[in-house]
Amino acid sequence: MAIVERKLSGWGRYPVVQSRVQRPERLSALQELVARAGTGSLTARGAGRSYGDAALNSKGTTVLMGRLNRMLAFDEKTGLLRCEAGVTLEEILAVFVPRGWFLPVTPGTKHVTVGGAIAFDVHGKNHHCDGAFSSFVSGLKLLTASGEIVACTRSRNANLFRATVGGAGLTGFITEAAVTLRRIETSRIHLRRFKAQDLDDALSLFDEHEASYPYSVAWIDCLARGKALGRSLVMFGRHARRGELDARLRDDPLGYAPGTRFSVPFNLPGFALHPLAVKSFNAFYYARQRTREMTAITDLDPFFYPLDAIGQWNKLYGRRGFIQYQAVFPAATGRKALVEALNLTSRRGKGSFLAVLKRFGAASEGLLSFPLPGYTLALDVPVGRGLHVLIEGLNRIALAHGGRAYLAKDAYLTPDIFREMYPALPDFLEIKGAHDEGNIFSSMLARRLQLHHDPELKAAEVTVHA
Amino acid sequence: MPDTMNDRAVLIAGATSGIARALATELARQGARLYLTARDVEEAERIGRDLHVRYGAEVSWDHFEAEDYDAHALLLQGAKLAMGRLDGVIVAAGHLGDQARAQANFDHARRSINANFTGVASLLTHAANLFEQQGEGFIVALSSVAGDRGRQSNYVYGAAKGALSLFLQGLRNRLAPKGVHVLTVKPGFVDTRMTFGKAGLFLVAQPEAVARDVLRALGRRKDVLYTPGFWRWIMRAVRAIPESRFKRMAM
Ligand SMILES: Cc1cc2nc3c(=O)[nH]c(=O)nc-3n(C[C@H](O)[C@H](O)[C@H](O)COP(=O)(O)OP(=O)(O)OC[C@H]3O[C@@H](n4cnc5c(N)ncnc54)[C@H](O)[C@@H]3O)c2cc1C
Ligand SMILES: NC(=O)c1ccc[n+]([C@@H]2O[C@H](COP(=O)([O-])OP(=O)(O)OC[C@H]3O[C@@H](n4cnc5c(N)ncnc54)[C@H](OP(=O)(O)O)[C@@H]3O)[C@@H](O)[C@H]2O)c1
Repeated sequence: MAIVERKLSGWGRYPVVQSRVQRPERLSALQELVARAGTGSLTARGAGRSYGDAALNSKGTTVLMGRLNRMLAFDEKTGLLRCEAGVTLEEILAVFVPRGWFLPVTPGTKHVTVGGAIAFDVHGKNHHCDGAFSSFVSGLKLLTASGEIVACTRSRNANLFRATVGGAGLTGFITEAAVTLRRIETSRIHLRRFKAQDLDDALSLFDEHEASYPYSVAWIDCLARGKALGRSLVMFGRHARRGELDARLRDDPLGYAPGTRFSVPFNLPGFALHPLAVKSFNAFYYARQRTREMTAITDLDPFFYPLDAIGQWNKLYGRRGFIQYQAVFPAATGRKALVEALNLTSRRGKGSFLAVLKRFGAASEGLLSFPLPGYTLALDVPVGRGLHVLIEGLNRIALAHGGRAYLAKDAYLTPDIFREMYPALPDFLEIKGAHDEGNIFSSMLARRLQLHHDPELKAAEVTVHA
Repeated sequence: MPDTMNDRAVLIAGATSGIARALATELARQGARLYLTARDVEEAERIGRDLHVRYGAEVSWDHFEAEDYDAHALLLQGAKLAMGRLDGVIVAAGHLGDQARAQANFDHARRSINANFTGVASLLTHAANLFEQQGEGFIVALSSVAGDRGRQSNYVYGAAKGALSLFLQGLRNRLAPKGVHVLTVKPGFVDTRMTFGKAGLFLVAQPEAVARDVLRALGRRKDVLYTPGFWRWIMRAVRAIPESRFKRMAM
């Protein structure tokens, strides 16, 4: 198979590395890659929407999974979809929303692959009640270093399943997955939005309304300090029922034509999320809603994927722009941790921030899955003096409270901190070792964080990398 | 674009090709029924299942090897049997090969000639007779701009494609009065396995765009399609260079 030399990066545009890229168009070609890997290393790359270095490999081969995107079977009764890992969530939406099915869990962009969604066990606005993506994955097929395609479920090869879900692609190539979709009556969201004057207000809104809404999220105004710390817009949503649509929409309750923007009262101002406009965004956005509370019926895309409307908005990430950071703080001391984190960011970050707050429910069985019961805070942090200090500070807060940072958004974590944050790492490495002794499946993230099982190899790789 | 392919029964030969998958997808979207054939039947099956899940398309699959001439008549019968009738045949199979190897070793050249021309001519001979008898049907074959002029960098492939273009031209001349439509497709560079990683490519098109072009041309009963369209002008310029100069150019 042909090889292309190409510069690649994650969505955060740091680091950028020269890569040897291959693009299998059939399953047997992928198997051939593994068979011929020898002592080289392989990294799966889905849609490249992770921010850091997880889908990068400056030394081995980066394998584009996008053309292995066949949907193989769908059960209209149960909603079970069996598909190849290169299928994107966008494709699933386009095919299934008009038939009355939605993704069981979706991240804030639909431009990710099923493989990427499993490899980071992604979460959505409904984590507090439904868990992460893997909760809806009943099985997957994994092409392991032996060249075999292994079927993994919670009962068969359960260890490999637990290591693969959230395993950053390091146990093998996910070739197929079985994902159960969610039935919907309409393609619209019933939205309820509140202005919260401070953090406590926001958290108590979560407490009050999360039982009646599967989706919730808060946009925090990071300019607010002192008593107003945590001032935010708290949004709740649920799938609208047919009877809630106005006459015009009721005729076509499952109509789905993203891209052709639909005029809705709630219209997340895409331009305002443009990092350069963040400063004005916070003030503007908060001021826009005059009443404490509003409700509306909105389309799926503006509710779930406000940023996708802007295309290549990530051009402002990278060395001179912004980086994205996300951590989770366990429930017990979650509020305290949030106050510490918000205080630190508003002090250190020159105020130009956007923060997204969500509540997480139960953790999944993925050994390296990110979510823990508690609160998660995602931040756009401007690059500049003090960046590393800030991130270190945030990591320290997370650690002190028993929390952790999210690998899908990370390019800076060090192995020692990582190990403390992910206590199941030894179990993961043992399973990886059993199935990938030669560390064929690797990545820059794996080298940086020593996600290899052989201690000697670990040390050597890290020195070279540094 | 009107969905002109609704309910049409179409056989695709070389269904594992990147362009063929895009064509099959567009056909399925428009409601066509498909018979996907390829050397790698398992892969044809995966592509077929995908089209069934996405568009509810009725798809079956079978084996096709260009060089297995004796099997071609049977293949068409199989398709007719599976779908109840046959409205069109699309041939995507092709083999770029390696010019240097083809020069050094005729065996390699022969494989390329067979995959691009002889095998296609064989299949289309049967298809033409069937459609002629039916008094309707369409034939689409993927030739190439490379067949428009012989160049040192790929003349074996180019010669086979050039021969295919002539063959199709003849078929068209023969079958037009019989109500059978023959479309010659000449793609420029398309982003598939055939070109991935090749140096010196420019203006590379996506297979989906090429597929839409092809189906539009089919709907309009065009004879020859350059896709993307600007290749018509590029090739006109290439053909206009006098041979006395062309032979000294590094092409
Ligand atoms: C705007 C935006 C919003 C986001 N919002 C959220 C959010 O709300 N919640 C959340 O959890 N995440 C979120 N993310 C992060 C994103 O969901 C994850 O990074 C996801 O993993 C990206 O999937 P991908 O297909 O782009 O994978 P890539 O970024 O290409 O790869 C990610 C990892 O998956 C591995 N991988 C990919 N395919 C395979 C395969 N077939 N087999 C094995 N391993 C594979 C790669 O090796 C790599 O380790 C967001 C990202 C963006 C850009
Ligand atoms: N890509 C371009 O830039 C380009 C430009 C001009 C013309 N074309 C033509 O367009 C057509 C489709 O090509 P593509 O770009 O989609 O390339 P592709 O993905 O490489 O497809 C080539 C197809 O031909 C099949 N094939 C090769 N030899 C065969 C044989 N002996 N018997 C049966 N099948 C055989 C292959 O089958 P296997 O899967 O079994 O190998 C594969 O399905 C080809 O005819 C090509 O020449 C392509």
